[in-house]
Amino acid sequence: MRTREKVIFEHSHPGRGAADQWPHDPGSAAIADIPQKLRRTQRPLLPEVGELEAVRHFTRLSQLNFSIDTHFYPLGSCTMKYNPKACNQYAMLPEFLARHPLGPESHGQGFLACMHELQEMLKEVTGMQAVALSPMAGAHGEFAGVAMIRAFHRSRGDLARNEIIVPEAAHGTNPATATMCGCVVREIPVDAAGDVDLAALEAAVGPNTAGIMLTNPSTLGVFERRIEQVARIVHAAGGLLYYDGANLNAILGKVRPGDMGFDVIHMNLHKTFSTPHGGGGPGAGAVGVSARLEPFLPIPIVGREGERYRWLAERDRPQSIGRLSAFMGNAGVLLRAYIYMRMLGREGMSRVGEYATLNANYLLALLKERGFDAAYPSRRASHEFIITLKKQARDLEVTAMDFAKRLLDYGFHAPTTYFPLLVPECLLIEPTETEGKDTLDAFVAAMSQIQTEAEQEPERVTSAPHTMPVRRLDDVRAAKQLDLTWKPTAQS
Amino acid sequence: MAFIPHTPADVEAMLAAIGVASIEELFDEIPATLRVKSLAGVPDELNEMEIGRLMTERARTDGHPSCFIGAGAYEHHIPAAVWAITTRGEFYSAYTPYQAEASQGTLQVIYEYQTMIASLTGLQVSNASVYDGASAVAEASLMAVRANRKSKSQRILVPTTVHPHYRKVAVATAGNQGLRFEEVPYSPDEGVTPLAALSKYENEDVTALVIQQPNFFGRLEDVDALTDWAHARGVLVIAVVNPTSLALLKPPGQWGAKGADIAVGEGQPLGVPLSSGGPYFGFMTTRLEYVRQMPGRIVGRTVDLNGREGFSLTLQAREQHIRRAKATSNICTNQGLLVTAATIYMSLMGPQGLERTAAASHARTRELVTGIARLKGVRPAFQGPCFHETVMLFDRPVAPVLKALASRGILGGLDLAEHYPELGPALLVCATETKTPADIEAYTTALGEVMQSVRAA
Repeated sequence: MRTREKVIFEHSHPGRGAADQWPHDPGSAAIADIPQKLRRTQRPLLPEVGELEAVRHFTRLSQLNFSIDTHFYPLGSCTMKYNPKACNQYAMLPEFLARHPLGPESHGQGFLACMHELQEMLKEVTGMQAVALSPMAGAHGEFAGVAMIRAFHRSRGDLARNEIIVPEAAHGTNPATATMCGCVVREIPVDAAGDVDLAALEAAVGPNTAGIMLTNPSTLGVFERRIEQVARIVHAAGGLLYYDGANLNAILGKVRPGDMGFDVIHMNLHKTFSTPHGGGGPGAGAVGVSARLEPFLPIPIVGREGERYRWLAERDRPQSIGRLSAFMGNAGVLLRAYIYMRMLGREGMSRVGEYATLNANYLLALLKERGFDAAYPSRRASHEFIITLKKQARDLEVTAMDFAKRLLDYGFHAPTTYFPLLVPECLLIEPTETEGKDTLDAFVAAMSQIQTEAEQEPERVTSAPHTMPVRRLDDVRAAKQLDLTWKPTAQS
Repeated sequence: MAFIPHTPADVEAMLAAIGVASIEELFDEIPATLRVKSLAGVPDELNEMEIGRLMTERARTDGHPSCFIGAGAYEHHIPAAVWAITTRGEFYSAYTPYQAEASQGTLQVIYEYQTMIASLTGLQVSNASVYDGASAVAEASLMAVRANRKSKSQRILVPTTVHPHYRKVAVATAGNQGLRFEEVPYSPDEGVTPLAALSKYENEDVTALVIQQPNFFGRLEDVDALTDWAHARGVLVIAVVNPTSLALLKPPGQWGAKGADIAVGEGQPLGVPLSSGGPYFGFMTTRLEYVRQMPGRIVGRTVDLNGREGFSLTLQAREQHIRRAKATSNICTNQGLLVTAATIYMSLMGPQGLERTAAASHARTRELVTGIARLKGVRPAFQGPCFHETVMLFDRPVAPVLKALASRGILGGLDLAEHYPELGPALLVCATETKTPADIEAYTTALGEVMQSVRAA
């Protein structure tokens, strides 16, 4: 890989610029009506570079990244599958890009048709009664979901229900979301086989229970086998079930959250429906609900009347939890998900769950055969699985983080490390269905090679990576000597 | 389809390695009663040629009208290089940069972005984005409650000149944690927030005051006076700003004697297409002293084992994956790709290009207003300066006028009847640097003709 690239301000020269991109100077008279006291007196620190310099700089920066397009990226819980190029190209047709969010419905029937069909397809694959598309990420969808649960209880005058139950292995966004919604979090344990501890659940539910947030398959990479009992216990106590769709890819076309008894779910369209992760976003966290929660869905929603589509807003949905985005959420991401789902079609949809599961179980079988320890050896892998390197950490003083960093040298992005927190020295590995057998075999060969290194020359592993643009970074210094913006004076 | 590369021989070898007879067997832990029977509601697959044709037809249905709507989303020229680079697979298909050594490109882009947006807003530190301008106001309000330790009221004053959707999102988001948003009325003559409207809060416990500049009407608020009023009473100031305008207008960090405490806004004008409302990004900057109260990811520059400079996510103890229920926010995925686009956009525009964009947009709006005001039955709503957007009052209902304009391929602005009925028939219009004198002429001519056919009230 490339080594490094100067900060763009270090390429900057006063008076230089990509002038072909600028409008003609309208002259100072054009802004004469803006009072002096409201004006800016000093120019902002923006780069002054030519177009080619900028293009080269950002292209070079891109080359410092691992990405799905360049590397196998088996990041557990993140579903780093191929993002088809067609989804991007056809979501970026000029008419779609130019469409103003407040433009009239007469000039949005094409876009609205896509959104309505997307709602319908998502209902079908999740088994829910209604879907809203506006939440802009998984955590945003979680927020919408828990807010709907609260609104539901309140609408019945059931004001005491402010506790959200979360298994200890849950994503951090689950408890954080409960707090954002003004709820109190109660964590419950899972048993040795990775299933929710039903006795603990029985003890936790009661008249204060608003609901439970579950991921299924769980963050432990196994299917929650007693989901029907979990649903019965929570429902009997008057609570609702929230499905965190982070792992929906595992069961797409095989099992539906609605059939498992969930009342509300969010889907990470940037995982299961292959919209890009973009180096941290944008995502899209559409939510689905059972009939009794439909009145509370966030607005706007796309409705259909005969052959016309229109936005449903406050007056159509007076009980809605309200608006969560300035306009229509991440509309362009939703278009990409729509295109992907249409390309997959009915058959493709169930092949996703099947091949994601096949790849994970194959990878797990091979790693076990090479001597790695599965965290839940008696269980099938879902679309992902956990191996624990506590043996290597104890005997060789080589940690899961060391393996992860060394994998980078072998040209593989690291799996998720140290999550979930309850499995020591863990790697959470998710290959996704779009990877072929050759790639999986190569990954296993690299893991074996690193194991050999760990036994024979451990410092090679503990000091990895060696081939990346930077070595391991000093995170303590980053947090203590904060350097969050480039400053001209510091450079001289 | 489904982008699955396996051959039958691959599948056979893989099943043998696992020790099962079929893929179906891998699902044997799932209760049989729960298995999907059919997905009849999902249509048959389309290949790329077919989906291309379908989407092209759908796009054509929507057309490409001449748009004079602003209201928080603005049409600007976007250099070709912006999205050519942003959609490179290395940016487009990368994950959040948790593995810093394999993500230096994304991390450095965010560091450069933080520098640019902090300077543009005149504050010291920036996060790596939140969802959009509206959610940024909600997050800033929650942050103000954490930062203003002296205030116990969780009471946020929000002038009605703040974008109506932003106000709604703030209530829907932060209301769940007990924050109270109280509306402050505007002066009907001037369309800005008068100091007098704040006098009733003179001796009350207030956590923060939100000030939008330019405000929803395009009018310029007296930001210095409002900021000083707030700070004199221990009230934090949350600035909501348009990033393009900041090339010309005083940055929030310099409002009043002390400057605003938090600045947020919609990043869309910086190289992001209108695209039906998203994906955009919300920006957020603040004073260094409040950095630990800020939600979302932050990138810092540090050194590696060899002492060479590099970038990583920092201050992560604020975030949900570490702090869980006690995190500053539940935000995880943000709008990273849009930040990438904005960073490239700001680099190509530079200080001079952004200034020209702002000035040219403002000039086009003034030309548009001059043209419209010549028509009988239309007049400006407010006295005083605007930036690149303004409100016109009509002597007849606006909806039929807009409908008639739309049928001629012109989106004439936003009807304010829903959000500001007290104004009577009112239209919010905006022109940016993308509009030519001919476009403006076409608009005013069409409006004049349409006015003939829609009767005065």
